[in-house]
Amino acid sequence: MTGRSAEAPSAEASERSSDPRLLLRLTVNGAEIEREVSPRLLLSDFLRHELGLTGTHVGCEQGVCGCCTVMIDGRAARSCLALAVQADGATIRTIEDVASADGTLHPIQQAFQECHGLQCGFCTPGFIMGVLSHFEEARMPDLSEDGIREMLSGNLCRCTGYQHIVAAVRRAARLMNLDGPEKG
Amino acid sequence: MSTQRFGERVPRLNDAKLLRGQGCYVDDVPLPGAYHAVFLRSPFARARILSIDASAAREHPSVAAVYTCDDLGPLDQPLPMLSPHPAIIAARTQRPLARDEVFHVGQTVAMVIAVDRYTAEDALRLIDADYEPLPVTVDLASAAAPGAHPVHPDLTDNIVGHFAQRSGDPDGAFAKAEHVTSLRVRMDRSTAAPIETRAIAARWEAATGELTVWDTTQAPISIRDGLASILGLEENKLRVIAPDVGGGFGQKVMLFYPEEILVPWAAMRLARPVKYVEDRTENFIGSSQERTQIHEIQLAATKDGTVIGLKDSFLHDSGAFAPYGIEVPRVSASAIAGPYRIPNVDVEFKAIYTPTVPVTPFRGSGRPHACFALERAMDQLADELGLDRFELRRRNLIGPDEFPYVREGLKYVDDGTITYDSGQYPKALAMIEEAIDLERFRREKDAAAKEGRYLGLGLAFYMECTGLGPYDGCRIRVHPATGKVSVNTGLASQGQGHETVFAQIAADRLGVPIEDVIVAQGDTAAFDRGGGSHSSRSAVVGGNAVHKAAVRVRAQILETAARLMAVPEESLELADGRVTVKGANRFMTLAEIAIAANPLSSPFDRPAEVVSQYGTAGQELVTVGEGRAPGIEASAYYSPSASPWAYGVHAAIVEVDPDLCSIAFKRYLSVHDCGKMINPTIVEGQMIGGIAQGIGGAFYERLDYDEDGIITNASFMEFLMPYATEVPKIEIMHLETPSPANPLGIKGAGEAGTIAVPAVVASAVEDALKPLGVGRFHHAPLSPNMIFEAITRARAKAGG
Ligand code: FES
Ligand code: FES
Repeated sequence: MTGRSAEAPSAEASERSSDPRLLLRLTVNGAEIEREVSPRLLLSDFLRHELGLTGTHVGCEQGVCGCCTVMIDGRAARSCLALAVQADGATIRTIEDVASADGTLHPIQQAFQECHGLQCGFCTPGFIMGVLSHFEEARMPDLSEDGIREMLSGNLCRCTGYQHIVAAVRRAARLMNLDGPEKG
Repeated sequence: MSTQRFGERVPRLNDAKLLRGQGCYVDDVPLPGAYHAVFLRSPFARARILSIDASAAREHPSVAAVYTCDDLGPLDQPLPMLSPHPAIIAARTQRPLARDEVFHVGQTVAMVIAVDRYTAEDALRLIDADYEPLPVTVDLASAAAPGAHPVHPDLTDNIVGHFAQRSGDPDGAFAKAEHVTSLRVRMDRSTAAPIETRAIAARWEAATGELTVWDTTQAPISIRDGLASILGLEENKLRVIAPDVGGGFGQKVMLFYPEEILVPWAAMRLARPVKYVEDRTENFIGSSQERTQIHEIQLAATKDGTVIGLKDSFLHDSGAFAPYGIEVPRVSASAIAGPYRIPNVDVEFKAIYTPTVPVTPFRGSGRPHACFALERAMDQLADELGLDRFELRRRNLIGPDEFPYVREGLKYVDDGTITYDSGQYPKALAMIEEAIDLERFRREKDAAAKEGRYLGLGLAFYMECTGLGPYDGCRIRVHPATGKVSVNTGLASQGQGHETVFAQIAADRLGVPIEDVIVAQGDTAAFDRGGGSHSSRSAVVGGNAVHKAAVRVRAQILETAARLMAVPEESLELADGRVTVKGANRFMTLAEIAIAANPLSSPFDRPAEVVSQYGTAGQELVTVGEGRAPGIEASAYYSPSASPWAYGVHAAIVEVDPDLCSIAFKRYLSVHDCGKMINPTIVEGQMIGGIAQGIGGAFYERLDYDEDGIITNASFMEFLMPYATEVPKIEIMHLETPSPANPLGIKGAGEAGTIAVPAVVASAVEDALKPLGVGRFHHAPLSPNMIFEAITRARAKAGG
């Protein structure tokens, strides 16, 4: 070991990074939030580590896995691909705001439970946010096998093989009366 | 009696919190004031480290520390060798941080600790590391050949170990053979890619001398034991928690990843919590991989298709280090004869170092390779003998009355002689044959051919030795206040649903509603003796331990209730959380019994008063009986004396587009037998998930190392994993043959799904393209390019 010790004097680094801070105002799950954040902070990190909304997961930070999906102004978006400061003025909804306040599961969540649509659960919030936004956007979602698989094709799951997720989407549509008039 | 829960499709008990986003994965653990660790990793496969200048990084105001190997003191030594074996010639493991040389791209060279991850990554770029690159041989066959550049400078070749074993008289069988089929098959490098990457967090309480570690590990107890020894801590001062973990598939069981030692160590040195979360690129270059093997396999047969001998000689790619010794190729060697009688077997392999990411078990662990070799050989043999593929297999499958079937001379990794315990292999084949409806398939194939489309049928059997020892344990306690039942085990879940299946087992024995069973696992504070969740062992070894402990607790409940109510035990019935005297209107709840079995000096309520010094109970109730714990509580351990062998058969109908060289699954079918199923829905989830991962490994997922040892597709953008659009609907058929190997009659189910898929897909593509005169597919994963080349070759041959 040469010269200076491996550790900072008395092992004390500054308490926070020396990044400049910008004021960020946004609405998250109905609450108005005002924070000073580093301009390079990812939206996913802001939600998880600044707001403690750890239900939004991070699986790749490459925009591929879909774990970090949240709704920004009503549309599904990958929070790992956005900077927090880009969400200034936006309205964000995360998985924590999907079940009712008393904990009752949303029909999509209920369907995932009934159909064994999750195993480790890491990908699950991203899938649910994706399906939720799809159901809210499309008045007549395509609930054919291929249609559902297409709907899910922005999210990776390494545990389930998707089949039970497909079943959960179909079940959720039933629970939410999105599957058209009941057949015979 | 309450309803039997074992065998029922009980919905999983811990889904709701995961669905609400309230799971707690390692990076979710709130650790105010935590520092973040990041790692400088080698950009070269082999290089000499000339210098590392970290001074600029250390001067960064938001950096707490930068460590290189020189700063690690006694930690700077090779990590443990986990599976010693006499056939290992040269065992090499890595150091936490590289010293003098690096051995693969991604190896950890320095650790930076800073106030947040962004700053820590800034500081990484301030480290000036100077390397002198060294020549490398990356390709497995070349690395095994004379003249290869040795990965380890103190060795003259790349041989990790050389292993051979035989059963019967293989030379005699080959001398007698009427037909011998020979082929060379290859499987390439892949990775488990769990959607949650690895992460470690640690908090040191200087005041109490206690260290808490959160780790995405599949084996928290092993990590605790090993860390205690490395850090010089007593076991009871060190708690390791594997909280919710986002998939593992083998990649999350290592002793140790460097980060697993360095992060806790840094938390102790700096007296601040420290957290490390691997990023996706690091997962590709810093976390274990598996799969590359090259087999030369031969089958000796009689004209009627009886396979009388098998010889297999293969190379296994170990990567740069061999922390698990030769475990993965030994599993391959143990699985090579599959479900067939084949009485004479000769199998040998060499495990080879290459300057690549170390290889450790990944779901299937050596078996997909063996299955690929054997099943591709069976297809080839069938063609050469002019026999139907189903018929050839039928003639060789071990019959249901031939168990236990022993392969004298062949050993599993636990050194037990290979002994298949039970199964109905011919029935499984018949079931899949019927489900495929061969007549219909032939009609569809002919109709497709008229339209210039190519349909093929693929088929493969697989076997899996499950429930690896040495043991696991369980402690069950009935809570006095609530009557709820705690079931604590040493296993850890990465999504398999243990908490539900263990609760099912306990609820049945103890006559309580399943909602009243609270399973704790993945935390050394809950239970700290046992193995881990790998090798398809949790349900088998852990489940039987739960069963044993529950049987003991049940006996305690009945015995205590009989004494308290002064009736014979035979007159009691245990159900719905209470013990009732049959035919009488008298009962005690489990809560009351648990209170009464715990003699107190100061009773806090009526039932407690009965057994206190002020109470009315007899003297023997006021003491704790010899060999008993106070209250209702028992522990038990289960150590398997025999291994249950799961098996199954898969088939697929695929359409190959000869212009796009793409494949599309028309059907994928699986018959599997994992013994008695605790929860069929969970088993189906495991099977389907495993098959999907197998489909990735059969057609999509290949890690491309270039000749310098750099992975050129180390991201989710380039390493293609199947989405919902690539995975077909999978038809699962269950066959339940109770295993005689353990009290619950179960076999493991975690890995089975992955094993057969590459062989099935190759078999199907080959079958589809036969009309074009296209040859054999002996290389997995298949790719559009391979199909293109095979078709081009066939057309050239036909034209010339
Ligand atoms: S973490 Fe955002 S897409 Fe993977
Ligand atoms: S449930 Fe584990 S990644 Fe989807």
